[in-house]
Parts: sequence; structure tokens; C-alpha cells
Amino acid sequence: MMEEVKEAASVLSVHDDSIKVTEVLKDGDTLTFIIVSQKLSGTGEYHVDRTYEDFEWLQQHLFSQEDVPGIQGVIFPPLPAKPQVNASSRSIKQLGFLALGECQPYCKALETFLQQVAAHSILSKNKAVEVFLTSSDPPGRQKVKKNIFNRLSQAVEEMRKEGHKDVDEFFQNERDHNLVLTGCTKTAAEKFLDVVATEQKIAVACGHFSTALHLCVEPGEDPDKQAFSRVCVKLSEVFESIKKNMTSVAENNVNTLGLGLDLESRYQEAEREMLFRRTCKLVELENARRNTEKAKPVKKAAMEEVKKAAETEFEHISGVAKQEIERFQGARVEMLQQALVSWCEKQLLTAKESADQFNQHLEVFRGMA
Amino acid sequence: MADTARDAPPEQTDFHELEDGEELFPEPATTQESQPASLAAEDISTNSNGPKQDSLFDDDPEDLFAEATEEVSLDSPERDVLLSDGPSPAITPITPPTSVITPRIGHTHDDMFTHSSFDEIEEEEGGDSFDIHISVSDPEKVGDGMNAYMAYKVTTKTSMSLFKRSEFAVKRRFSDFLGLHSKLASKYLHIGYIVPPAPEKSIVGMTKVKVGKEDQSSNEFVEKRRSALERYLMRTVKHPILLKDPDVLQFLESSELPRAVSTQALSSAGLLRMVNKAADAVNKMTIKMNESDAWFEEKQQHFENLDVQLRKLHTSVESLVCHRKELSVNTAQFAKSAAMLGNSEDHTALSRALSQLAEVEEKIDQLHQDQANADFYLFSELLGDYVRLLTAVKGVFDHRMKTWQKWQDSQMLLQKKREAEAKLQFTNKPDKLQQAKDEIKELEGKVQQGERDFEQISKTIRKEVSRFEKERVKDFKTIIIKYLESLVQTQQQLIKYWEAFLPEAKAIS
Repeated sequence: MMEEVKEAASVLSVHDDSIKVTEVLKDGDTLTFIIVSQKLSGTGEYHVDRTYEDFEWLQQHLFSQEDVPGIQGVIFPPLPAKPQVNASSRSIKQLGFLALGECQPYCKALETFLQQVAAHSILSKNKAVEVFLTSSDPPGRQKVKKNIFNRLSQAVEEMRKEGHKDVDEFFQNERDHNLVLTGCTKTAAEKFLDVVATEQKIAVACGHFSTALHLCVEPGEDPDKQAFSRVCVKLSEVFESIKKNMTSVAENNVNTLGLGLDLESRYQEAEREMLFRRTCKLVELENARRNTEKAKPVKKAAMEEVKKAAETEFEHISGVAKQEIERFQGARVEMLQQALVSWCEKQLLTAKESADQFNQHLEVFRGMA
Repeated sequence: MADTARDAPPEQTDFHELEDGEELFPEPATTQESQPASLAAEDISTNSNGPKQDSLFDDDPEDLFAEATEEVSLDSPERDVLLSDGPSPAITPITPPTSVITPRIGHTHDDMFTHSSFDEIEEEEGGDSFDIHISVSDPEKVGDGMNAYMAYKVTTKTSMSLFKRSEFAVKRRFSDFLGLHSKLASKYLHIGYIVPPAPEKSIVGMTKVKVGKEDQSSNEFVEKRRSALERYLMRTVKHPILLKDPDVLQFLESSELPRAVSTQALSSAGLLRMVNKAADAVNKMTIKMNESDAWFEEKQQHFENLDVQLRKLHTSVESLVCHRKELSVNTAQFAKSAAMLGNSEDHTALSRALSQLAEVEEKIDQLHQDQANADFYLFSELLGDYVRLLTAVKGVFDHRMKTWQKWQDSQMLLQKKREAEAKLQFTNKPDKLQQAKDEIKELEGKVQQGERDFEQISKTIRKEVSRFEKERVKDFKTIIIKYLESLVQTQQQLIKYWEAFLPEAKAIS
């Protein structure tokens, strides 16, 4: 049951699935993203420009909704890591698939983030979301109060809590399962990235070969020379086709399955964080209970209060968490299915196109008497 | 190239044009009677370009074949010539085609093949079109330890009357191939024929095989070698002159082959070193050859350029092959990780789809491997072959220069002798004078022979180059078509895989 929130809850005035990150502008080292969304009222669209810092601002606001009961049970849509114009190799590695291509994968990831926030029953009510999507002024850059989500590397004691046994079988299973799945997904995403990187290398090598062939072309009227030059030119075209094919294959990989694996991986991490928060709360609760039992009569009442508060919070969190998990499980299957289907369709199309092209080249060569 | 010679009339006229066309040299063609009797042993033909006995066993320090020893040898000129034991042991020295101008010479040999030039071959053979296919297969390790070797089965299928049977096979080892090449090179290179180089020796590769290491790399090595030997033989028999050489026929047909005396036979690395030495030697002699024929200069430049380009292409393809292999490895790893993901997945349909995904990726991995092989065996080896062939081409050009130099040397010597004779006229030494006159007569013959040799090698090279250029175009086209076919096939396989996977993906929910 939702209590009255201090901050006026707002209703989002745009269609969540209409949110698009349409382009990115580069100005020196600064990247600005253009975000377009359709008004619910049907009277047009909002165009806003936001930097990565603005996204962080939004995320901070979402994290700091302490007055929303059970907020810690929310699986927060993951925000991609910060992009850099002249990216260091470490940051490229961190971004994985999102670092590839011009910026299409990255923009898509930002777009997905916004859509998921806007579609979230709890999060979309935060005023910051409305401000972010509709205000023509950049959202405030003021420092937001420290939030409860410290995503930086957890201290060792915190890590030990992660293994704390659960009181609820449902959650224990989910925690175990999440652990395994997170590892597998991350590995699969990394291996797939390696595949794409090699495909790109092949494309480049084909380009080089194609260029080198042009250097073999010799002027002159000697019929043998002309014949050989013709062969070289045609072969060069063949390798251009091979290059195009490889490039398409790599792009398809990135834009469909690559993005899918990347999102799945980050979402698994987000679920893990949520489960961890709940576990921490459980530890807190168990400590509170113990303290209450051990407390001297003088302190007992105060301890009771603390214990009761912890119990209520824990209940809320668990309630929200359960809903979130169920929603998440459904959403991720759908997302992965979509990724797999569009991946397969795109690769099928590319293969057909390439087969046609190669056949054409083959006919040309066969006809070259 | 006998087939093209037969089929394409333009080519025939080409030959004739060369024949009747402008003389390469202003001096009048020599005739039979000016042939001094004291000229070299058996070879009294005027325009014979046969292997002169003198040049064969000439321990002329300029003899470039002195360098043709095993590839890891030191290149000392003093090393005795380990030319192949001369021409094939069973048969006395063969005369390769003589010019069409003179009738057949009175050789004392009862050689089987006294074909004249290309023209006469066409007329004589009539209708025996080029139809021969050689395959090298079934590599078999013979023996143990460091004395072990690989024996290959060489199968010939042909309808040509040149052969006793239409299909036959023999067992040969690598040194036999090297031996064959060595014999052909010693017979034909120095008179201007482009003899295809034999495959490279490889100490590392063979040691692995000998030691018995049955892993992928040694299998690849054997396959690479088998393929190279096959291409080598096909190139050799495609040459109309080489095809008829008794050494070649013996190699293909006879079940027992005398072991090549030295496995330090002419390898292509040795050949390359020899050619380089030739180039150095030529440069050292500071031959300022009066190239009266721009054609040769232009062709030499052309081949220099081609060499550079082909090497670049070869490097480019090698890097492509490398990346493809890497792609195969990465795909296999991704397939494994997808399988693990599928196993960990709770959702049944998604789990199944992910497992299918893993299978598809494994199949794609196989496609990548096949493609890498195509890249390599078709392109990389083709380019490598041509880079090596070009060394043989450069070799004949260098031989021509050497021939020219020899001719010039004779001329200069003649000049000196004439001057000396003139001086002797005024002294009263009749026997010395007679000696001088005799020497002059001998030298005049030498000069004429030198000129004829030069003319002949120039003519031969022109034909050879023309043949080479045509073969090159055909070769490349054939390989490219094979390659494109493999590309098309790969895409069609991919289409099948994706079409099979799509319903699985759609069935997830």
C-alpha cells in the first residue's frame, strides 16, 4: 500500500514506447543526445537535448526516493556506462557492444533505458522523469543528496552479506539462479563481442586486398596485360562485396543479439543489486531482532521500534521485489526472443543478398572468355 | 599450352611473325657451311639450342648452376656442381626443339624426341589435344624416425598418345620431385624455357612428420605439400616441351625411379639464390647490354612490378587467412558459452532456443574453417606459386644476358686474335701465323654460335613469356571461379541454417 509521498507524484505525459534517441551531436569532447517523445494528448512531440550527466541526474533522483516504500525492491533499469569521445581502451572494454558502430548501439541502449523507466509503474511517477523528457531547459545540475545506492565496489563485509542465507525459498532460488545466469550471460556477451571484432578485422583485410588488386592494373594495349588487368579489377570488386557482406554480418550481430546480450547482462546485474539490497535489509532485520531480545528493559522499547520499522521495510521490499522479479522474468524472455528473431531475420536477409551478389560475380567471371 | 597453340589461330600466326619478323640482330643468319668442324663434340647443329656438352660440364666459374645446391648450403662457388646427374640416366642427352629453319641435326643420339619448335609439334602431333590430369594423393609415411619419408601416389589420367596407358599410378617421394625439377632446370632454363619451380623444402615441417607428431599442424603441412606437388606437376606438363621430356615421362610412368643422387637438389629457394647470384654476377660484370630490343627491357620491368604486386597481395591474403582462422576459434568459443547459457536457463523454450543457437554457431564455425581453407589453398598458394614462378622467369632473362655476354666475349677475343694475327703477318713465324689463323677460324665459329644462341634464347623467351602471360590469366580465372563457387556455397549453407533457426526463435513465447 503506497503512502502519501512528500514529493508530488506526477503522471508522465508521454507515451513510453514513443521515446526515441534520434541523434547524437558531438562538440569537442561533449556528446549531446536528442530525445524525442510523443505527447499522450496526441498534440505533438517533445524535443529535448541531454548530456550523459543529465541521465545521471535522472538516475540519482530515481535512486533517492526514500519515501517510496519498498523502493529498494525495484530492479532499476540499468544505465549504460559513460561514453567517451576519445575512448580509452578500458572504457571501450567496459562499454562492450555499445562502443561499436558510430553510436547507433549506444543510442539504442539509452533509448531502452528511458523507455523502461517511463514504463515502470513506480519510477515513472517520479517528477524527475517528466522534467527530463519534457523540459526544454537542462534539468538541474545541482548535486543530489547522497542516496542509498552506493554502486561503487562494495566493502568486504558487504560482500559477505551476499552469501547470507535467505528466509524465503523463492528468494533463495532467485538469488542462486541469478548468480549463475549473470556469469553465463557476461561470458556469452564477451565471446560474441570477440566474434564481431574478428569479423570487422576480416572486413578491413578484404578492403586492403581489394585496394592492392587495383595496383596490379597496368596500362597498355597488350591484350594479355589487359586481360590480366580486367581480372584484377573484377576480383577487386569481388572482395569489395565480401567486405560489405562481413560488415553487414557484424552490424547485424551488434544491433540485435549483441545489444540483447548486453542489456540482459546489465539487467541481471541490476537484479543482483536489488537482491543484495534486500539481503542487507534481512541482515539488518535479524540484527534488530537479536538486539531487541538482548536489550536491557530500559532500551527494550526503543529496540522494539527499530525492529518493527525494519520488519515493515523488509516486508515492503520483499513485496515489491517479488513483483519486480516476476515482471523481469517475463520481460527478459520477451526481449531475448525479440533479439534472437531479429538477429536471425537480419542475418538471413544478408546471406540471401550476398549469395545473389556472389552469383553475379561468378557469372561475370564465367563469361570472361 | 599445346592446346592453345592448336586452337587459337592468332597464336600460330604469332609464331610465324616472330620467325619472319625483324631480326633481332643485324648480322645475317648463319648457314650450315660456315660451321667449323672443330666445334663442340656432338652438337653440330647450326641452330641447335640443345644442351651443349661443353656448357653442361663446363666448370666455367660463371656457371650459375654451381650455386644450385641444398638450400641450407653455403654458397661457395667452388662447390662442385651438383646438377642433377645431367639428363635422365637411361637416355643419352636429348635435344630440345631445334629451330624450324634448319632440318634436324645429325645427332649421334637415338633420342626419341627430336621435335622441332612449337610449330612443328603442332604439325606432327595433329589432333592429340592436351588432355592430361595428374593427381597427387594418399600420403603415406614410410619408415621410422629421422629416416622416414612421405610417399605420395601420383596418378595420371590421359588420352594422349604420348603415354603407354590411359591411366596409371606410381609412388614418389619429395626428393623425386626435386630431382625431376633439377633435371628439367639443367636442360631447359639456360636456353630460355620457364621451368616451373618445385615446392619448397621444409625442415621443420618434415621433422614433425618424421617424429610422428600426428597433430593438426603436421596434417596441414602434409596437405599443403601434397597440394603443392600436384600443382607443380600440372604446371610442368602444361608446358608442351616439358611434357614430352623423357625425364617427365619416366617420372610419371615408371614404377621404379633411380633415387636422386643428392637430395640437395634444386629447390626453389636454391633456385632463388641462384638467380640472385646470377643477378649479382651479371651486375659485377657490369654488363651494359646494348638492348636493341625494347621488348625485353619492358618485359623485365613489367615482371619486376608484377613481383612486387604479387608479394603484396600474398601478404594481404595471408593476413586474411589468419583472421578467418581466428573467427573460427571465436565462433566455437561463443557456441560453447551459448550452450552454457542455454543450460542455465529456466525458461524451457528460451533454453531450447539458446541450445539451438549454440548448434548453429558450431555449424557456422565449420563454414569459417572451410572458407579459411579456400582462402588459403586457392588464393594464398596461387599467389605464392606465381611469386616463385617469377623467379624462374627472371632467371631466363638473366640467362639471356649471360648468353649475350658470352657472345660478346667471343667477339672481343676474336678481335684481339685478329689484331695479333695482323701483327704476326709482319714477322717471319709461319707456324705461329698458321696457329693464329686456326684460332681465328675457331673463334669465328664460336662468335657465330654465340650469336645464334642469343637469337635463339631471345626467340624462346618471347614465346615463353607470351605463354606465361596467357597461362597466368587462365590460372587466375580458374581459381577465382572456384573461390566464388565456394563463397556462394557458404552463403547458401548459411541461409539453410538461419531458415532452420528462425522458427525456433519465434517459438520462444
